[in-house]
Amino acid sequence: MARAVTTRTKIGYTIAAWAVALVIFFPILYTIITSLKTEQEAISGFSLIPSFSTQSFSDVQSQNNYWRPFTNSVILAVGSTLLALVVAIPAAWAMAFSPTKRTKDILMWMLSTKMMPAVAVLVPIYLIFLRTGLMDTRIGLTILLMLINLPIVVWMLYTYFREIPGEILEAARMDGASLRDEIIHVLTPMAVPGIASTLLLNVILAWNEAFWTIQLTTTNAAPLSAFIASFSSPQGLFWAKLSAASVMAIAPILILGWFSQKQLVRGLTFGAVK
Amino acid sequence: MNTTLRGLMGACALTALAAPALAETLTIATVNNGDMVRMQKMTAPFTEANPDIQLEWVTLEENILRERVTTDIATKGGQYDVLTIGTYEVPIWAKQGWLTPLSDLPAAYDVEDLLPAVRQALSADGQLFAAPFYAESAMVMYRTDLAEAAGVSIPENPTWADIKLAAEKMTDKDKEIYGICLRGKPGWGENMAFLTAMANSYGARWFDTDWKPQFDSPEWKEALVDYLALMQNYGPPGASSNGFNENLSLFQQGKCGMWIDATVAASFVTDPTDSTVADQVGFAQFPNKEGVENHGNWLWAWSLAIPATSQKQEAAKKFVAWATSKDYTAQVAAAEGWRAAPPGTRVSLYENPEYQAAAPFAAMTLAAIDAANTQKSSVQDIPYTGGQFVAIPEFQGIGTAVGQQFSAALAGRMTAEAALAAVQTSVTRDMTRARYIK
Amino acid sequence: MATRQTQSLARLMRAPAILLLLVWMVVPLAMTLYYSFLDYNLLNPGQTSWAGWFNYKFFYTDPAFFAAIGNTLLLVLGVLAITVIGGVAIALLIDRPIFGQGLVRILIISPFFVMPPVAALIWKNMIMHPSYGVFADVARFFGAQPVDWFAQYPLMSIILIVAWQWLPFATLILLTALQSLDREQIEAAEMDGAGAVNRFIHLVAPHMARAVTVVILIQTIFLLGVYAEILVTTNGGPGYASTNLTYLIYRAARLNFDIGGAAAGGIIAVVLANIVAIFLMRAVGKNLD
Repeated sequence: MARAVTTRTKIGYTIAAWAVALVIFFPILYTIITSLKTEQEAISGFSLIPSFSTQSFSDVQSQNNYWRPFTNSVILAVGSTLLALVVAIPAAWAMAFSPTKRTKDILMWMLSTKMMPAVAVLVPIYLIFLRTGLMDTRIGLTILLMLINLPIVVWMLYTYFREIPGEILEAARMDGASLRDEIIHVLTPMAVPGIASTLLLNVILAWNEAFWTIQLTTTNAAPLSAFIASFSSPQGLFWAKLSAASVMAIAPILILGWFSQKQLVRGLTFGAVK
Repeated sequence: MNTTLRGLMGACALTALAAPALAETLTIATVNNGDMVRMQKMTAPFTEANPDIQLEWVTLEENILRERVTTDIATKGGQYDVLTIGTYEVPIWAKQGWLTPLSDLPAAYDVEDLLPAVRQALSADGQLFAAPFYAESAMVMYRTDLAEAAGVSIPENPTWADIKLAAEKMTDKDKEIYGICLRGKPGWGENMAFLTAMANSYGARWFDTDWKPQFDSPEWKEALVDYLALMQNYGPPGASSNGFNENLSLFQQGKCGMWIDATVAASFVTDPTDSTVADQVGFAQFPNKEGVENHGNWLWAWSLAIPATSQKQEAAKKFVAWATSKDYTAQVAAAEGWRAAPPGTRVSLYENPEYQAAAPFAAMTLAAIDAANTQKSSVQDIPYTGGQFVAIPEFQGIGTAVGQQFSAALAGRMTAEAALAAVQTSVTRDMTRARYIK
Repeated sequence: MATRQTQSLARLMRAPAILLLLVWMVVPLAMTLYYSFLDYNLLNPGQTSWAGWFNYKFFYTDPAFFAAIGNTLLLVLGVLAITVIGGVAIALLIDRPIFGQGLVRILIISPFFVMPPVAALIWKNMIMHPSYGVFADVARFFGAQPVDWFAQYPLMSIILIVAWQWLPFATLILLTALQSLDREQIEAAEMDGAGAVNRFIHLVAPHMARAVTVVILIQTIFLLGVYAEILVTTNGGPGYASTNLTYLIYRAARLNFDIGGAAAGGIIAVVLANIVAIFLMRAVGKNLD
């Protein structure tokens, strides 16, 4: 029998896969462990068993309140993603169902807008933000992050929508469904998984953006990237504290990622599958 | 935003206009080092005395802080009311008219109490533009036990020959003890702070009076060759990525015989909670080369300044005066002991017997700061001011580019000669672009 | 059923996204172009003047310029090689029936959720530090001299860090492609006696070509802009050993505050990125149709 998998080969693959997974995950694991050590432990050689001290976390929290940047991160990541979806869904829709000769070129052009190095355009954007009063506002950054991620959102949605067979649409139209019915009853259910994974990916990308979110904020809109910037390289090697701050910055998105892992694995195709 | 909310906000704005006594919020940009972080936690006396002033902190890592505040002040963004900047920025920004002069400070502030070298470094045209929070020079910190065991003594005013000898004797690589730890990590405020000070003590200068770079001079060559020899023979592994933090940690763990760096480190290496060698640290002045009367002239002061664009000048001035006052120092001393008091800014601190008793490094720190001459850092004629840096706006970029090459030499990727030649070319290029070299 | 009406509706639906991106492209590009011809230093705003082509000339005559282009390409190619090869291998492995599959996948995709500066800090301090890093501990355990990664292999170290961040992305996409592979076809091939290698070359590889293309395309765009990892770890050094084009622009913009020079560098980077993109499309673009 061809597909009969013996327990022995399964165990072999399991060991190999776990080894690879642990190696890849190790830096994160070690950061979590280090965050539970004291500063002395953190630099006194390799050890996987911390003293489970939560001192670093309370130090971090007392130095810099975590909840405001956390709230900002959530608002920016979710807000910019929703905004991007509102703009991108119709566009991707049109490209998928009424493609023109230039659809592919437009998609490539959209991606190419990401090629300008951010540092080179910092001063122009900085000045625009100052003059329009968008500096250090959540709305300004939400718009900016939306623009940054829009090409990826359009691309992802386009590839999902293209998978939806056109015949279904035509069948619905034959049955006399209006455009509204068509969208609500036929297409939305089919598009939801794609939209969901696009949403997830972009929340992650927006959460991890660490250039504009630092350069264009001071206090009101500063998210977790700025929070981290207040803990890197202080005087002395406070690695336990740095680890604790790192864990606090990545934990929310890590947990979200873990819970939605199935969705991501299924959805992150970028049209890679035909 | 709905109309009610907008109306409310408008009403608030109106009230704020009508009654300026109502809460004002100061946005304060600070660097994330220990002293500044401590300050954030100790503002209760200030906010109690000034209930109409609220404090918002933006704490950032040094380089990001510098990027942020420089961009903001240069574009007149007005995002901050108080800036934490150093002796490098103050004269340059003051000249641009970006900072508010701190002229009418309250009498209790006692400007005359500031250490003269620090006060001068933070002034332009005789006018104080920033209030020093803490200040540092550089000195030698060494392990008295290792020196004794190796049979060497380090005089109070060592020469580089003394240092070399001591480094050689103290090194015991099998025990992971390295005779000397110095900065190697590239950056104008990292390895170049040290190397500029070292070169100064060798009689070298960055530029001649026509702003021509002097890396082809024998003084620079001698300084760099000696630095490389010291580090490659007696330094720790991986020295080309060691900065202040890494060396501090190495020293605290007993791996360095000597460490030449900022004087603020003295209170960290003698702190028994973090340092394993707290009882065995001796101090000496920054070395000089035999026959060159120059001890490096390192002087840095993290200082509070008020951008001219701030809308809250009065409140900001109040805060700056409080945070750098004698009262604040006393408050820190009461809470955490005199050793923790922000060092290097006031004569009165060094005259305080309690501080002298608690801080064995006090006298040496004061001597180092007093000895620093930021107006003329080289024994040769120079067109610039600044001690371990050159106080021109271009120095951040130029200094870092130079630091890269010297760091590469330390990593063994190029010779001292090749590094100096590359640096001479690149600095000449940059200085020509910046129109210093006509 | 593309009637005229649906076509104009489609145009209307496309318009907001295209217009927004057009503005987002044109405004910064135009301003950058304008600045690139100015002698404009943020620290000397009073002295701003017309500079002609000087900024461009100054940027490409930088002694680090060609090293930076080389490093940029090495960085992109290095990371692509690791993530594509590693991604295929890992995807093949975790596509098999294994115990705890869900957990294994979670662990493998985790690096993707880590902010780039945090990733760089973790690697620099906890993993690759020559005295306190885990690699150094491992080396000492085997009685070897710890390697000073960022001094001796600066570019390779950065490639390693960036590859670690992007490996999950590649793995995910390749895994999705693998899962859509027709099982029956493989079984049929197995029945015909095709070995594992043959099956991979003739069935799996062609099927994955499209996914690999997507990985290369999207990663390249992100990888051309890598600089945070360099800034945190090596500052572009020692020498120019880990300076890439974006870092060079960063240096002009954020250390020298040379807005004109940084703008010229940005324009040069965009032109080069487009050349790479065109080259890429020629090489792999046909897989996308």
